[in-house]
Amino acid sequence: MPMPRPASREAAVSLALLLALLAGAFVAQASGETFYVTLATRIAILALAATGLNLALGLGGLVSFGHAAFFGIGGYACGILAIHAYNGEPMVFGLPGTQAMPVIWLTALVASGLVAVVIGALSLRTSGVYFIMITLAFAQMIYYFAISWPAYGGEDGLSTFVRNNFPGVNTMRPLPFFLISFVLLVAGLFFFKLVRDSRFGAVLQAARQNPVRVAALGMAPFRIRLVAFVLSAMMTGVAGALYVDLNRFVSPSMLSWQMSGELIVLVVLGGTGRLAGPLAGAALYVLFEFLLGGMTERWQFFLGLILLFVVLFARGGVVGLLAGRARHG
Amino acid sequence: MQIDLLIEQVLNGVQFGVMLFLMAAGLTLIFGVMGLINLAHGSLYMVGAFACAAVASMTGSFWLGLAASLAAAAAAGAIVEVVVVRRLYSRGHLDQVLATFALILVFSEGTRWLFGSSPLYLNIPSALSGAVSLPGGLDYSLYRLFIIVVGIAVAAGLYFLIAHTRLGMRIRAGESDREMIAALGVDITTLYTLVFALGAALAGLAGAMVGALQSVQVGMGEPVLILAFVVIVIGGIGSIKGALIGAILVGVIDTLGRFLLPAALHLFLPASQAASIGGSIASMLIYVFMALVLVVRPRGLFSANA
Repeated sequence: MPMPRPASREAAVSLALLLALLAGAFVAQASGETFYVTLATRIAILALAATGLNLALGLGGLVSFGHAAFFGIGGYACGILAIHAYNGEPMVFGLPGTQAMPVIWLTALVASGLVAVVIGALSLRTSGVYFIMITLAFAQMIYYFAISWPAYGGEDGLSTFVRNNFPGVNTMRPLPFFLISFVLLVAGLFFFKLVRDSRFGAVLQAARQNPVRVAALGMAPFRIRLVAFVLSAMMTGVAGALYVDLNRFVSPSMLSWQMSGELIVLVVLGGTGRLAGPLAGAALYVLFEFLLGGMTERWQFFLGLILLFVVLFARGGVVGLLAGRARHG
Repeated sequence: MQIDLLIEQVLNGVQFGVMLFLMAAGLTLIFGVMGLINLAHGSLYMVGAFACAAVASMTGSFWLGLAASLAAAAAAGAIVEVVVVRRLYSRGHLDQVLATFALILVFSEGTRWLFGSSPLYLNIPSALSGAVSLPGGLDYSLYRLFIIVVGIAVAAGLYFLIAHTRLGMRIRAGESDREMIAALGVDITTLYTLVFALGAALAGLAGAMVGALQSVQVGMGEPVLILAFVVIVIGGIGSIKGALIGAILVGVIDTLGRFLLPAALHLFLPASQAASIGGSIASMLIYVFMALVLVVRPRGLFSANA
């Protein structure tokens, strides 16, 4: 029997991981362990956030160390809209708040996209180490703004009390909320695949591998990268809104540099630029956190060691292990 | 007196800038020579502060603590370089970011393991406590003045080291062409370890000196690290001169912004609103400044290797 092509093996791995997550949630629900449903929801949401980052980092080679900014902006969009609806107070320009998830997602999408246009346009003037540091610095700017702006809780964060609504679904129960997050994750992965296999995706990846040649062919890497950066930020922003609904709480820690670092870890742990990389990374990360956290208070120490080992000796991540190395590294 | 207050704030800004310079100089040196982006630099700052606090509380001498901070940070830097960082020089920036991010986790949790979660306190040595009268009749904290003087001395020392010694010549040569200098018989491996340990020692010194002004705790290094990134982005990566000028600019802008903005807004806003809005904008000021510098000069003010 001939070996299957790497691409179809990757698709099989992606599908298997998605099905495993779905099955895990249903088994947990059936056995009454709703805590594990919440754990699965956390995996789905973090995987969506990291899939967003994977667009910029994996396909475009843009090492953004500031994606927590978009995660947090999506989160605050959700928190602010929900709290205004809850209190019945109008926001700026007399607009009402809302607890309808679709409206909140759209707001998160637009808000993080707009900020990404500004940050991207400035940061993409540079490359390499400069880009890493500048995206980090801009995220840090938003973080400090959130801390020192008292209207929405400042350093203490903002509690949204109840989960927002989705038409026809009781979102307060764990399984329906998991399914909402899961469907969005599938949509996100589908969008990622669509972009990767499109002409735009081909140019984006070419711009990572050889920007000079792309420019010589008459295509401007800057504009392509900016579009990718904005799309990437939007997806991470929606994930941020979901994350706040999961915890019913938003705080500046969603905007912190540790969060940006964690998102990069998810992508690289799973496999940079691979379709299911962020999902594999998020599953591994959340399970590590849960298992190690159950054994020792010092789980981050061991996480650090494991991470070091992965970076130094096990390149290609989980998906690289399961589905073979990427065709173009 | 308003003018006295303003001068005091400017001096505070310079002191903050000098401290940032100690961090940024090591970062920019390590990047310039080895091409490595080192997120764990903030952890070395923390190691210096903890070493100083521990030794000072054991022996009762701040000066022994300061010496210990240099030694501990340099040793930690050398060990990290030999065990981990050495394998990263040939890797991409993504791997470097990730590995040094992992190092932060290990250092932070390790320190919490050794010293516990509650902050340590480090007293200003009695010889440097109190205020000193500056010409013009202004009283200023002697310890902060000491930090400024140490920072300027380090800057001068670094300039001498890089520009006028054999070691500095090798460092500069390593910056321009590492294969050539290795071919000429210079032990580049040891040179890299030395440069890394030197950068670490400077970070440790900064941590120890600031530890006496603030509390010594886990996670103290990363906010300073990020500011140091802003500094070297403004100054130009790889340039010590850029790091010095960038650091002083960032220190003064940040300190004066926090002091002047709320006061300026108070002219046309009620006091509480002026304080909160002014504070929020002031905390973003240096990043806005960085963005402006980038628009004009994407590679910083004094880029060394363009």
